[in-house]
Amino acid sequence: MNPARNSAPRALATPLVHLDSEPYYHATGDELEVFAAAAKSGLPVMLKGPTGCGKTRFVEHMAWRLQRPLVTVACHDDLTTADLVGRYLIVGDETVWMDGPLTAAVRAGAICYLDEIVEARKDTTVVIHPLTDSRRALPVEKRGEYIEAPPDFMLVISYNPGYQSVLKEMKPSTRQRFVALDFDYPDAATEARIVAHEGGVDDDTAQKLVKLGHLTRKLKGAGLDEGAGTRLLVHAAQLIASGMSPAIACTAAIARPLADETDTRDALDDLIRAVF
Amino acid sequence: MGERKLFAHELEARLDELLLLSLRQRSAAEPAALLEALPRELQERVLHWAGVAAQTSDDLGWLIASRAAEQAASLGAQLDDWARAGLDAYDRSGLAATRRALNDFAAAHRAGAFESQEGVAFGAIEGRLSRFLHALEGRPLKLVAGPRAWTDSETLWLPERLDAAPDAAGNRRLYKAIAALLWAQTRFGSFNIDPEPELAQWPAPEAALRWFALFEAMRLEACLGRDLPGLAADIAGLRGPWPAALAATAAALARPQASVADSLACLAELRIVGAGETPNFPHVGALDPLAARRVRAVRIARDTATLRQALNVLRAVDPSAGGQDHPDYPPLAAQGQTQHVDPQAEFLALPLPAREAARSLQQDLGEIPPEVLQAAGPGAWSPVDGVDSSATVTVTTQPDAFYDEWDYRRAAWRHGWCHLYEMKAPVGDHAWVDEVRSRHAHLIRSIRRRFEALRGEDKPQRRQFDGEEIDLDAQVEARADRKSGTEPSPRLFIHRRRIERSLAVMFMVDMSGSTKGWVNDAERESLVLLCEAIEALGDSYAIYGFSGWTRTHCDIYPVKRFADRYDAATRSRIAGIEARDYTRMGVAVRHLSGLLARQNTRHKLLVTLSDGRPDDYGDEYRGRYGIEDTRRALLEARERGIRSYCVTIDRHGADYLPQLYGPAHYAVIDDAKKLPQKIAEIYRKLTG
Ligand SMILES: Nc1ncnc2c1ncn2[C@@H]1O[C@H](COP(=O)(O)OP(=O)(O)OP(=O)(O)O)[C@@H](O)[C@H]1O
Ligand SMILES: [Mg+2]
Repeated sequence: MNPARNSAPRALATPLVHLDSEPYYHATGDELEVFAAAAKSGLPVMLKGPTGCGKTRFVEHMAWRLQRPLVTVACHDDLTTADLVGRYLIVGDETVWMDGPLTAAVRAGAICYLDEIVEARKDTTVVIHPLTDSRRALPVEKRGEYIEAPPDFMLVISYNPGYQSVLKEMKPSTRQRFVALDFDYPDAATEARIVAHEGGVDDDTAQKLVKLGHLTRKLKGAGLDEGAGTRLLVHAAQLIASGMSPAIACTAAIARPLADETDTRDALDDLIRAVF
Repeated sequence: MGERKLFAHELEARLDELLLLSLRQRSAAEPAALLEALPRELQERVLHWAGVAAQTSDDLGWLIASRAAEQAASLGAQLDDWARAGLDAYDRSGLAATRRALNDFAAAHRAGAFESQEGVAFGAIEGRLSRFLHALEGRPLKLVAGPRAWTDSETLWLPERLDAAPDAAGNRRLYKAIAALLWAQTRFGSFNIDPEPELAQWPAPEAALRWFALFEAMRLEACLGRDLPGLAADIAGLRGPWPAALAATAAALARPQASVADSLACLAELRIVGAGETPNFPHVGALDPLAARRVRAVRIARDTATLRQALNVLRAVDPSAGGQDHPDYPPLAAQGQTQHVDPQAEFLALPLPAREAARSLQQDLGEIPPEVLQAAGPGAWSPVDGVDSSATVTVTTQPDAFYDEWDYRRAAWRHGWCHLYEMKAPVGDHAWVDEVRSRHAHLIRSIRRRFEALRGEDKPQRRQFDGEEIDLDAQVEARADRKSGTEPSPRLFIHRRRIERSLAVMFMVDMSGSTKGWVNDAERESLVLLCEAIEALGDSYAIYGFSGWTRTHCDIYPVKRFADRYDAATRSRIAGIEARDYTRMGVAVRHLSGLLARQNTRHKLLVTLSDGRPDDYGDEYRGRYGIEDTRRALLEARERGIRSYCVTIDRHGADYLPQLYGPAHYAVIDDAKKLPQKIAEIYRKLTG
């Protein structure tokens, strides 16, 4: 439309990711079915769960399954409406309109994944409201445009309820617009399979890592804010796969990131030693 | 100095002269009597330091003289350093600090005098070990120092100090090995058999028990090894190879199918062939199956009752009587549920204490006995009602308010059940607060600095109508807008301003009797630090203490109301917070969240500081009733837009917290002494 559009700085263009190969995801419940059904009905989805339990991976997997492009936005407390919707830029002496990631996703009929939505400014969160009810539309005020979302467009947000700041609670008016999927760490056998696959270690090592993960999760609220998520176990596995000794790998990838306090760190070291 | 010792009356006269005690109506008789036994040289040193101290202050002189009298004998040549440390502390932070410095010095001296460098004290390893054990499966164990290492299946005693290994790391490993094997006794069924008949046949049952403990240690080491091979290897390394005579037994007991019965069989065999001297292995704690089995029997009865009761509620109670359904609260019964359901599915529907009980039974018995699962006929269980334990307490004045209380057994409210009194908060020693502030001066400074950052004063607010700086992004955007013909936004500036946090916080402080001592000190110190920190933030906050004695005596002590300033009067009231009676938490939560709800801020936060589960005089509020009521009160608070955060100082009881604080977030501080350091960090995370 706009002739200047082509000269828009490339780096700023929203990456629409087309996933050609299947991102590895091991289902732990009925999340595949629920997500697919929500996608079919044009309903937005909220993923809840502790850090590193596979939310991001799941969205990538679903984007591949549903053959839709994926746009991911990591939310932070300075994220403005313009950052999501778009803004005019000046290129040479021309003004160029740049779609923000949300607008780009709407136009493309993509899945838009807003990661850690509670981190975004309150006034920013509001722009997604019209997209999440029966209107399914995005008003782009600056352009006087009202984009109706194509059926393939889907909004997905993630949210870690373990969040502790009272100032960051999600408003009910936002919450209640979403179909919610609860994520948790998978059962031990499944998690071991994931760790073995992702970390490139043998089954025995994977099982030990998962065992260690379970032990640390029992320390939640008793020395730790949160136990080791699958992500940390995968990291440790990767270090082991690259030739490191399990004890050093676990200390570096699991114990240190989890705890600062001496007693807890020592106890974690004891646990690592006990498992291996 | 070959001079003779001074007699008590001479010492008394000298002290009196130095310290002008008769003017102050104090008597030096007691210190003088203690000093009489010392050599002259040491007597003179004490008198010297008393005189020096008295020149600074009479109180200091008295403190040094009286403490020196008690401790000079053990301090010996270190008396001078001890006194100097005390005087030094006085100059820095006053009398209370002196007292502490003197004690610390003496304690360190005592510790150093008869302890090797390599030994490890229980206190030094307790935090690490308790976390380690906590992470392992099974029922949580309470760690306590005691004369010998053993467990009754709920508490685990470990020696005050270990010095058997050549180095500190070895002693730490030894602690871990002893503790892990004792934990394994409770986990792998050492108490599942009655050894009495076998023990009775031994001439010396003590020796039999020692052998039994050793056989069990062999078996349990292998049990540990199946799940935690590293731990088993550690233990094996500590003990070295088994003596040849025992190797075959050890191998037999290491088989996966070996149970406590096999250990007992080994014991019987040994009796027949004749036992020699019991070999001594430092890593093997004692085994006291009789004591443990008594504890176990009580626990099994209790768990059975809890589980039965919960199952009855689950099966019999009309689901709609359960009141408001809440997503956090597992519905007690699903619609259309039949009487006989799959126990596994049923357990998932049980409230947490019942699930814990089921798990505990499984651990003790290997399975849940079928008779527990059978539905008891109607009337087998009835709510304890009408037992009004408060009858003994006389009430003279009219309560300030009445509150309903939730009775989970009836699934109904008891209306106007709790009588709430707003009491006058006691006033404490203002100097104590000054002392805390000066002792934590460094911490306070660093907290304030961090909190000031949180206040966001430096945080630029972008896209404002006016401000100190130009917002370049906005300018560029506006220019682009103008060029493209759209109306540009007039918000083109960056303003550095205080972000309106609009937050009111209520601190609810446990003043129950169990907080006496360290916990109370920690609570008060934490409040001082919090106040210093929050003052920097500008949040609106209040502090109330609570305690009570039955439902007709629920007391609330306003330490700082929202309108009060953090001034000398408030500080004295913080100092005056003291341990009183019981912890009826629900009513306090209701009252204080009522006060909080009236605050005109966008965010409201209730922070409770307590030392454990709700409890009140008489059995009623103890246990599940209190937990359910408190939980309900926290849910009500949340419905009023109040978020709760519960800080619990409790090393051992953390198992009931998820149930109690279901609707709230919580943190467990296992060591009261750490509370002051942690609390500011918690608050920062909570409101950042
Ligand atoms: N179910 C699963 N299937 C496959 N991989 C998984 C699964 N769960 C976790 N993982 C692994 O854990 C890693 C972390 O998962 P992911 O990044 O999706 O976490 P997340 O839930 O998005 O965490 P955060 O909340 O921190 O963003 C993945 O890279 C993947 O290796
Ligand atoms: Mg993620």
